[in-house]
Amino acid sequence: MKRDTDFDAMAKAPGEWLRGTGSESDIVISSRIRLARNLADFPFIRRCTDEDRLSIERTVRARMESIAGWDDIQYVDLEQLSDIDRLFLVERQLISREIADSDGARAVAVHPSERYSVMINEEDHLRIQVMNSGLDLQSAWESINELDDTLEGVILYAFHPKYGYLTACPTNVGTGLRVSVMLHLPALVITDQIEKVFRSMQKINVTVRGLYGEGSQYTGDFYQVSNQITLGHSEKELVTLVGEDVVPRIIEYERKARAFLVDKSHEDLHDEVSRALGILSTARKISSDETMHYLSKVRMGISLGLIDDVEVGTVNKLFLQTQPAHLQKLYGRILSSSDRHAERASYLQRHLITGNGSSSLN
Amino acid sequence: MKCQYCEKPATFHITELTEPTGPQVMHLCEEHAKTFLNKDPSSGVASIAGVLANQLGQSKEELEELDQKECPVCGISFFEFRNSGRLGCPYDYTHFETDLQPLLRNVHDKLEHVGKRPKRAAASADSQAKMIQLRREMEEAIEREDYERASKIRDELRSMESVQTPGAGSDDGDTDDQQEQRGTLS
Repeated sequence: MKRDTDFDAMAKAPGEWLRGTGSESDIVISSRIRLARNLADFPFIRRCTDEDRLSIERTVRARMESIAGWDDIQYVDLEQLSDIDRLFLVERQLISREIADSDGARAVAVHPSERYSVMINEEDHLRIQVMNSGLDLQSAWESINELDDTLEGVILYAFHPKYGYLTACPTNVGTGLRVSVMLHLPALVITDQIEKVFRSMQKINVTVRGLYGEGSQYTGDFYQVSNQITLGHSEKELVTLVGEDVVPRIIEYERKARAFLVDKSHEDLHDEVSRALGILSTARKISSDETMHYLSKVRMGISLGLIDDVEVGTVNKLFLQTQPAHLQKLYGRILSSSDRHAERASYLQRHLITGNGSSSLN
Repeated sequence: MKCQYCEKPATFHITELTEPTGPQVMHLCEEHAKTFLNKDPSSGVASIAGVLANQLGQSKEELEELDQKECPVCGISFFEFRNSGRLGCPYDYTHFETDLQPLLRNVHDKLEHVGKRPKRAAASADSQAKMIQLRREMEEAIEREDYERASKIRDELRSMESVQTPGAGSDDGDTDDQQEQRGTLS
């Protein structure tokens, strides 16, 4: 297992899950499944002593190292990491904000493709995650199931015959499974239908959360749809609920809203998308939230054929690289908030203006 | 402690798990607690607070008594669980079983796990609890440099780890050793 992780090199490219490929990738950014697991012979994190946490971290690490074929996995000791490196891993969705902000022995094991990661000592002892680009829950489930089987071979899980996999919070007990699909829904936002769609989702045990820019003036129009319940339904049923019953319906609504916008207010839409690209390509200072807001419009413009000289992959990459920790990694130094605004603007310009320096719009 | 909305004493300490910013602890008087819990009963959002609404139906004395109850393995009280929304150890699901059932039913609408089972697991909830206690004893033995005792406990723990789950893993006949050899990420 490798120990030295070169975050500076990692910052230059997004993980595989952000490639912008895969099924329905004009609307679905990524499909993620996570499993919550705990070791049978330790208390849950809340009642762990510092020694317990250290012991869990060391035990899991040693046992993972015993697994054949895991030589490529990078093991990152989060306790030793700087705040900015932890934030960097949060931005890449390899660790949660919760584990980044907590204290004590904790770690993450990451596959070089960044499709797999295992957090150690988060809310549960283990949080296993698999992430795919686009809508692809089936293969994510197959991968994580296999990964879980392998870990189960070396780690004795806390399990109850009636309640299933035991978790620190009763909202995760049973399968310990959370299926999450990240969706880009700008047209539902513009047409004011997003609330209505979400209200209908709540009746069928699915939660929807805004992903970026929460509580701020700007949103990136990204939403995460997940299963609410974990007990009493099989993993496959939960995967089907989100991946086949719910998400395709939301995709259909979003497509209809996009078609409506193109049909009924083509000029306005084209104007809005062009202005967004204009601001991103010419601003001298720009915040992370504002960037998200305009990149979201550009992304929609690309998928509707209103912008043809920017790739969706470029936009996905910029979503990630203009976030605070990534930007600072790319510049190789700590930047003040005001410096970040300026550097972000110049970074966007360099990546959005192509050819002779001007971006052509259809 | 005073209610966060008025001058009355806070008798309800509710953890709202569904806030986007993470769990929020609310300290409320009875009246405000009722208002808060009835705010949006049809939202479908599962939360411990929602279940406590059902427990509010019990008398205050009953709730106070329940709050005192402690797990013999990890020592967490039901009150602490209500406040934090997090349990202390796997044995809590056994020790607080009847007290947790209304919560599980409210959150999941079901009470029994369906789906994957590990190919090996501790023989019972009691043996799982015993493993946690044995590990503590082992750590204490190491601390007082009683390595003989520590190694005996380690052997005992190892033997407990190798118990197979009844009825699980019938889809294939992998042994633990075979599993260790099988990497999935290569």
